[in-house]
Amino acid sequence: MSETVKKFLYLNRKAPYGTIYAWESLEVVLIGAAFDQEVRLMFLDDGVYQLTTGQDTAGVGMKNFSPTYRTLGDYEVKNIYVDKDSLEARGLTQDDLVAIAWEDWETEEEIENIVEVVDAARVSELMEESDVIFSF
Amino acid sequence: MSILHTVNKSPFERNSLESCLKFANKDDPVLLFEDGVYAVLKGTSAEKQLEAALAEQSIYVLGPDLAARGFSEDRIIDGIEVVDYAGFVELAANNDKVQAWL
Amino acid sequence: MPIEVNGNTLETDEEGYLANINDWVPEVADVMSKEDDLALTDEHRDIINFLREYYEEYQIAPAVRVLTKAVGKKMGKDKGNSKYLYGLFPYGPAKQACRYAGLPKPTGCV
Repeated sequence: MSETVKKFLYLNRKAPYGTIYAWESLEVVLIGAAFDQEVRLMFLDDGVYQLTTGQDTAGVGMKNFSPTYRTLGDYEVKNIYVDKDSLEARGLTQDDLVAIAWEDWETEEEIENIVEVVDAARVSELMEESDVIFSF
Repeated sequence: MSILHTVNKSPFERNSLESCLKFANKDDPVLLFEDGVYAVLKGTSAEKQLEAALAEQSIYVLGPDLAARGFSEDRIIDGIEVVDYAGFVELAANNDKVQAWL
Repeated sequence: MPIEVNGNTLETDEEGYLANINDWVPEVADVMSKEDDLALTDEHRDIINFLREYYEEYQIAPAVRVLTKAVGKKMGKDKGNSKYLYGLFPYGPAKQACRYAGLPKPTGCV
Protein backbone atom coordinates (compact mmCIF):
# COMPACT_ATOMS: atom_id res chain seq x y z
CA MET A 1 0.00 0.00 0.00
CA SER A 2 1.19 3.43 -0.86
CA GLU A 3 1.73 5.77 2.06
CA THR A 4 1.10 8.83 -0.07
CA VAL A 5 -1.81 10.85 1.22
CA LYS A 6 -3.57 12.64 -1.58
CA LYS A 7 -5.75 15.70 -1.29
CA PHE A 8 -9.27 15.04 -2.51
CA LEU A 9 -11.58 17.96 -3.20
CA TYR A 10 -15.30 17.33 -3.62
CA LEU A 11 -16.79 20.27 -5.51
CA ASN A 12 -20.56 20.55 -4.98
CA ARG A 13 -22.56 22.90 -7.19
CA LYS A 14 -26.11 21.52 -7.15
CA ALA A 15 -29.09 22.12 -4.89
CA PRO A 16 -30.45 19.11 -2.97
CA TYR A 17 -33.64 17.21 -3.93
CA GLY A 18 -34.19 18.72 -7.40
CA THR A 19 -31.47 16.45 -8.79
CA ILE A 20 -29.58 13.45 -7.40
CA TYR A 21 -26.10 15.07 -7.46
CA ALA A 22 -26.06 16.27 -3.84
CA TRP A 23 -26.97 12.88 -2.37
CA GLU A 24 -24.60 11.03 -4.71
CA SER A 25 -21.74 13.27 -3.69
CA LEU A 26 -22.45 12.75 0.01
CA GLU A 27 -22.53 8.98 -0.47
CA VAL A 28 -19.20 9.00 -2.31
CA VAL A 29 -17.67 11.10 0.46
CA LEU A 30 -18.90 8.65 3.11
CA ILE A 31 -17.65 5.64 1.17
CA GLY A 32 -14.38 7.33 0.27
CA ALA A 33 -13.68 8.11 3.93
CA ALA A 34 -12.67 4.46 4.36
CA PHE A 35 -9.47 5.37 2.50
CA ASP A 36 -6.90 7.45 4.32
CA GLN A 37 -6.86 10.56 2.21
CA GLU A 38 -7.14 14.21 3.06
CA VAL A 39 -10.73 15.02 2.16
CA ARG A 40 -12.07 18.53 1.63
CA LEU A 41 -15.54 19.58 0.61
CA MET A 42 -16.36 22.75 -1.28
CA PHE A 43 -19.85 24.13 -1.72
CA LEU A 44 -20.45 26.79 -4.33
CA ASP A 45 -23.23 28.05 -6.62
CA ASP A 46 -26.50 26.24 -5.77
CA GLY A 47 -24.43 23.68 -3.83
CA VAL A 48 -24.57 26.03 -0.81
CA TYR A 49 -28.26 25.11 -0.46
CA GLN A 50 -27.21 21.60 0.60
CA LEU A 51 -26.11 22.94 3.98
CA THR A 52 -29.18 25.00 4.96
CA THR A 53 -30.66 24.25 8.38
CA GLY A 54 -34.30 23.40 9.01
CA GLN A 55 -34.88 21.17 5.98
CA ASP A 56 -38.12 19.24 6.39
CA THR A 57 -38.97 16.85 3.58
CA ALA A 58 -42.07 15.28 5.17
CA GLY A 59 -44.30 17.08 2.67
CA VAL A 60 -42.46 15.97 -0.45
CA GLY A 61 -41.97 12.28 0.37
CA MET A 62 -38.18 12.32 -0.01
CA LYS A 63 -35.46 11.32 2.43
CA ASN A 64 -34.10 14.30 4.34
CA PHE A 65 -30.35 13.76 4.18
CA SER A 66 -29.36 17.13 5.65
CA PRO A 67 -28.69 15.67 9.15
CA THR A 68 -26.08 13.38 7.58
CA TYR A 69 -23.75 16.33 6.86
CA ARG A 70 -23.27 16.63 10.61
CA THR A 71 -21.52 13.21 10.68
CA LEU A 72 -18.83 14.30 8.26
CA GLY A 73 -16.54 15.16 11.16
CA ASP A 74 -16.82 11.54 12.32
CA TYR A 75 -15.84 10.47 8.81
CA GLU A 76 -12.48 12.26 9.06
CA VAL A 77 -13.51 15.19 6.90
CA LYS A 78 -11.77 18.13 8.49
CA ASN A 79 -12.26 20.93 5.99
CA ILE A 80 -15.55 22.16 4.57
CA TYR A 81 -15.60 25.36 2.55
CA VAL A 82 -18.47 27.53 1.34
CA ASP A 83 -18.07 30.20 -1.31
CA LYS A 84 -18.95 33.65 0.02
CA ASP A 85 -20.20 35.09 -3.29
CA SER A 86 -22.57 32.15 -3.78
CA LEU A 87 -24.07 32.75 -0.34
CA GLU A 88 -24.47 36.48 -0.95
CA ALA A 89 -26.13 36.03 -4.35
CA ARG A 90 -28.73 33.86 -2.60
CA GLY A 91 -29.37 36.16 0.34
CA LEU A 92 -27.78 33.69 2.77
CA THR A 93 -25.24 34.00 5.56
CA GLN A 94 -23.30 31.44 7.57
CA ASP A 95 -26.13 31.58 10.16
CA ASP A 96 -28.37 29.80 7.63
CA LEU A 97 -25.96 26.87 7.42
CA VAL A 98 -25.52 23.78 9.55
CA ALA A 99 -22.54 23.66 11.91
CA ILE A 100 -20.37 20.55 11.65
CA ALA A 101 -18.15 19.61 14.58
CA TRP A 102 -14.90 17.73 14.38
CA GLU A 103 -12.96 15.91 17.06
CA ASP A 104 -9.67 14.07 17.10
CA TRP A 105 -10.58 10.88 18.97
CA GLU A 106 -7.02 10.29 20.15
CA THR A 107 -6.08 13.74 21.41
CA GLU A 108 -9.67 14.91 22.04
CA GLU A 109 -8.85 18.11 20.20
CA GLU A 110 -12.16 19.65 19.17
CA ILE A 111 -13.26 22.09 16.51
CA GLU A 112 -16.79 23.38 17.04
CA ASN A 113 -17.51 24.13 13.40
CA ILE A 114 -15.41 23.10 10.42
CA VAL A 115 -17.60 24.96 7.92
CA GLU A 116 -15.62 27.94 6.67
CA VAL A 117 -16.83 30.71 4.37
CA VAL A 118 -14.10 31.61 1.88
CA ASP A 119 -13.63 34.11 -0.96
CA ALA A 120 -13.21 33.33 -4.65
CA ALA A 121 -9.42 33.54 -4.57
CA ARG A 122 -9.31 30.89 -1.85
CA VAL A 123 -11.68 28.66 -3.85
CA SER A 124 -9.30 28.81 -6.80
CA GLU A 125 -6.33 28.16 -4.54
CA LEU A 126 -7.98 25.10 -2.97
CA MET A 127 -8.73 23.68 -6.42
CA GLU A 128 -5.16 24.34 -7.48
CA GLU A 129 -3.60 22.57 -4.49
CA SER A 130 -5.81 19.47 -4.68
CA ASP A 131 -4.51 16.28 -6.26
CA VAL A 132 -7.95 15.13 -7.35
CA ILE A 133 -11.23 17.03 -7.83
CA PHE A 134 -14.56 15.21 -7.79
CA SER A 135 -17.28 17.28 -9.45
CA PHE A 136 -20.93 17.10 -8.52
CA MET B 1 -57.42 31.49 -22.87
CA SER B 2 -55.27 31.41 -19.76
CA ILE B 3 -52.07 29.48 -19.17
CA LEU B 4 -50.54 28.36 -15.89
CA HIS B 5 -46.77 28.67 -16.15
CA THR B 6 -44.65 26.44 -13.93
CA VAL B 7 -40.93 26.73 -13.23
CA ASN B 8 -39.03 23.96 -11.40
CA LYS B 9 -35.43 25.04 -11.98
CA SER B 10 -33.23 27.28 -9.86
CA PRO B 11 -32.96 30.81 -11.28
CA PHE B 12 -29.24 30.73 -10.47
CA GLU B 13 -28.60 27.70 -12.63
CA ARG B 14 -30.86 28.07 -15.66
CA ASN B 15 -32.81 30.74 -17.49
CA SER B 16 -36.19 28.94 -17.18
CA LEU B 17 -37.65 31.63 -14.92
CA GLU B 18 -36.28 34.44 -17.06
CA SER B 19 -37.84 32.99 -20.21
CA CYS B 20 -41.07 32.26 -18.40
CA LEU B 21 -41.42 35.87 -17.24
CA LYS B 22 -40.46 37.15 -20.66
CA PHE B 23 -43.06 35.18 -22.58
CA ALA B 24 -45.93 34.70 -20.13
CA ASN B 25 -48.93 36.98 -20.58
CA LYS B 26 -49.32 39.45 -17.76
CA ASP B 27 -52.63 38.01 -16.53
CA ASP B 28 -51.31 34.44 -16.47
CA PRO B 29 -50.28 32.93 -13.13
CA VAL B 30 -46.79 31.55 -12.46
CA LEU B 31 -46.13 28.69 -10.03
CA LEU B 32 -42.65 27.97 -8.71
CA PHE B 33 -41.87 24.49 -7.37
CA GLU B 34 -38.96 22.07 -6.76
CA ASP B 35 -35.69 24.00 -7.27
CA GLY B 36 -37.73 26.85 -8.71
CA VAL B 37 -38.69 27.88 -5.17
CA TYR B 38 -35.25 29.41 -4.56
CA ALA B 39 -36.39 32.38 -6.68
CA VAL B 40 -38.98 33.53 -4.12
CA LEU B 41 -36.51 34.17 -1.29
CA LYS B 42 -35.75 37.69 -0.12
CA GLY B 43 -32.32 39.20 -0.68
CA THR B 44 -31.21 37.16 -3.67
CA SER B 45 -29.85 38.36 -7.00
CA ALA B 46 -33.19 37.30 -8.57
CA GLU B 47 -35.31 39.42 -6.22
CA LYS B 48 -35.66 42.46 -8.51
CA GLN B 49 -36.79 40.28 -11.40
CA LEU B 50 -39.44 38.65 -9.22
CA GLU B 51 -40.66 41.94 -7.79
CA ALA B 52 -41.05 43.44 -11.26
CA ALA B 53 -43.10 40.44 -12.37
CA LEU B 54 -45.13 40.49 -9.19
CA ALA B 55 -46.32 44.02 -9.96
CA GLU B 56 -48.14 42.63 -12.99
CA GLN B 57 -49.06 39.01 -12.37
CA SER B 58 -49.80 36.42 -9.68
CA ILE B 59 -46.91 34.32 -8.45
CA TYR B 60 -47.33 31.19 -6.36
CA VAL B 61 -44.85 28.90 -4.63
CA LEU B 62 -45.33 25.29 -3.54
CA GLY B 63 -45.04 25.18 0.28
CA PRO B 64 -43.79 21.59 0.73
CA ASP B 65 -40.86 22.24 -1.63
CA LEU B 66 -39.96 25.38 0.32
CA ALA B 67 -40.02 23.47 3.63
CA ALA B 68 -37.96 20.60 2.20
CA ARG B 69 -35.23 23.11 1.38
CA GLY B 70 -35.23 24.62 4.85
CA PHE B 71 -37.04 27.91 4.25
CA SER B 72 -40.02 29.23 6.19
CA GLU B 73 -42.66 31.52 4.71
CA ASP B 74 -41.18 34.60 6.42
CA ARG B 75 -38.15 34.33 4.12
CA ILE B 76 -40.17 34.91 0.93
CA ILE B 77 -40.87 38.12 -0.98
CA ASP B 78 -44.11 39.86 0.05
CA GLY B 79 -47.01 39.24 -2.30
CA ILE B 80 -46.08 35.72 -3.31
CA GLU B 81 -48.74 33.22 -2.34
CA VAL B 82 -47.85 29.84 -0.82
CA VAL B 83 -49.96 26.90 -2.02
CA ASP B 84 -50.06 23.20 -1.15
CA TYR B 85 -50.50 20.30 -3.60
CA ALA B 86 -54.27 20.83 -3.68
CA GLY B 87 -53.66 24.48 -4.57
CA PHE B 88 -51.33 23.37 -7.40
CA VAL B 89 -54.08 21.12 -8.79
CA GLU B 90 -56.63 23.90 -8.46
CA LEU B 91 -54.40 26.32 -10.39
CA ALA B 92 -53.95 23.76 -13.15
CA ALA B 93 -57.69 23.13 -13.30
CA ASN B 94 -58.58 26.83 -13.33
CA ASN B 95 -56.45 27.55 -16.37
CA ASP B 96 -56.89 26.28 -19.90
CA LYS B 97 -53.34 25.03 -20.33
CA VAL B 98 -50.14 24.42 -18.43
CA GLN B 99 -46.75 25.44 -19.77
CA ALA B 100 -43.86 23.87 -17.87
CA TRP B 101 -40.57 25.80 -18.13
CA LEU B 102 -38.21 22.90 -17.52
CA MET C 1 -37.26 -13.56 2.71
CA PRO C 2 -39.96 -12.06 4.93
CA ILE C 3 -39.61 -12.72 8.67
CA GLU C 4 -42.28 -13.47 11.27
CA VAL C 5 -42.15 -11.22 14.33
CA ASN C 6 -44.89 -11.10 16.98
CA GLY C 7 -47.28 -12.67 14.51
CA ASN C 8 -46.57 -10.01 11.86
CA THR C 9 -44.88 -10.68 8.54
CA LEU C 10 -42.11 -8.14 7.86
CA GLU C 11 -40.60 -7.66 4.40
CA THR C 12 -36.81 -7.80 4.02
CA ASP C 13 -34.46 -7.22 1.11
CA GLU C 14 -32.38 -9.95 -0.53
CA GLU C 15 -29.66 -9.59 2.13
CA GLY C 16 -32.08 -9.84 5.04
CA TYR C 17 -32.30 -6.15 5.99
CA LEU C 18 -35.76 -4.87 6.89
CA ALA C 19 -37.46 -3.29 3.91
CA ASN C 20 -39.10 -0.68 6.12
CA ILE C 21 -37.19 0.79 9.05
CA ASN C 22 -40.45 1.68 10.80
CA ASP C 23 -41.38 -2.02 11.02
CA TRP C 24 -38.71 -2.52 13.68
CA VAL C 25 -39.55 -3.76 17.18
CA PRO C 26 -36.97 -5.14 19.66
CA GLU C 27 -38.11 -8.69 18.86
CA VAL C 28 -36.77 -8.28 15.30
CA ALA C 29 -33.29 -8.67 16.79
CA ASP C 30 -34.38 -11.85 18.62
CA VAL C 31 -35.76 -13.45 15.48
CA MET C 32 -32.78 -12.51 13.32
CA SER C 33 -30.17 -13.58 15.89
CA LYS C 34 -31.91 -16.91 16.37
CA GLU C 35 -31.57 -17.58 12.65
CA ASP C 36 -27.83 -16.84 12.99
CA ASP C 37 -27.55 -19.15 16.06
CA LEU C 38 -26.42 -16.21 18.15
CA ALA C 39 -27.60 -15.78 21.75
CA LEU C 40 -28.55 -12.13 22.17
CA THR C 41 -27.33 -10.47 25.39
CA ASP C 42 -27.78 -7.02 26.92
CA GLU C 43 -24.37 -6.12 25.45
CA HIS C 44 -25.72 -6.84 21.98
CA ARG C 45 -28.85 -4.82 22.68
CA ASP C 46 -26.78 -1.84 23.85
CA ILE C 47 -25.07 -1.70 20.47
CA ILE C 48 -28.34 -2.21 18.60
CA ASN C 49 -29.98 0.62 20.53
CA PHE C 50 -26.93 2.80 19.98
CA LEU C 51 -27.21 2.24 16.22
CA ARG C 52 -30.88 3.14 16.23
CA GLU C 53 -30.13 6.39 18.07
CA TYR C 54 -27.31 7.16 15.65
CA TYR C 55 -29.62 6.63 12.70
CA GLU C 56 -32.36 8.73 14.28
CA GLU C 57 -29.95 11.62 14.64
CA TYR C 58 -27.94 11.43 11.41
CA GLN C 59 -30.15 9.43 9.02
CA ILE C 60 -27.39 6.98 8.13
CA ALA C 61 -26.01 3.72 9.43
CA PRO C 62 -22.37 4.42 10.34
CA ALA C 63 -19.41 2.69 8.70
CA VAL C 64 -17.67 0.23 11.00
CA ARG C 65 -14.80 2.46 12.03
CA VAL C 66 -17.13 5.36 12.73
CA LEU C 67 -19.29 3.03 14.81
CA THR C 68 -16.23 1.85 16.73
CA LYS C 69 -15.16 5.39 17.53
CA ALA C 70 -18.66 6.55 18.41
CA VAL C 71 -19.24 3.56 20.72
CA GLY C 72 -15.92 4.29 22.41
CA LYS C 73 -16.92 7.85 23.02
CA LYS C 74 -20.35 6.98 24.39
CA MET C 75 -19.71 3.69 26.21
CA GLY C 76 -16.02 3.73 27.00
CA LYS C 77 -12.80 2.62 25.34
CA ASP C 78 -13.21 -1.01 26.52
CA LYS C 79 -16.20 -1.27 24.16
CA GLY C 80 -15.04 1.09 21.45
CA ASN C 81 -12.69 -1.35 19.77
CA SER C 82 -13.12 -3.81 16.96
CA LYS C 83 -12.19 -6.82 19.11
CA TYR C 84 -15.12 -6.23 21.45
CA LEU C 85 -17.57 -5.45 18.64
CA TYR C 86 -16.52 -8.37 16.43
CA GLY C 87 -16.78 -10.58 19.53
CA LEU C 88 -20.42 -9.61 19.79
CA PHE C 89 -21.20 -9.58 16.09
CA PRO C 90 -18.95 -12.07 14.29
CA TYR C 91 -20.42 -11.27 10.85
CA GLY C 92 -19.21 -7.68 11.22
CA PRO C 93 -20.51 -5.19 13.77
CA ALA C 94 -21.78 -2.66 11.28
CA LYS C 95 -23.47 -5.08 8.93
CA GLN C 96 -24.88 -7.59 11.40
CA ALA C 97 -25.85 -5.15 14.15
CA CYS C 98 -27.45 -2.80 11.63
CA ARG C 99 -29.52 -5.67 10.31
CA TYR C 100 -30.70 -6.56 13.82
CA ALA C 101 -31.44 -2.86 14.42
CA GLY C 102 -33.65 -2.71 11.34
CA LEU C 103 -31.38 -0.19 9.61
CA PRO C 104 -30.30 -0.30 5.98
CA LYS C 105 -26.90 -1.77 5.16
CA PRO C 106 -24.23 0.77 6.16
CA THR C 107 -23.07 3.07 3.38
CA GLY C 108 -19.72 1.88 2.13
CA CYS C 109 -20.09 -1.72 3.24
CA VAL C 110 -19.36 -4.25 0.54
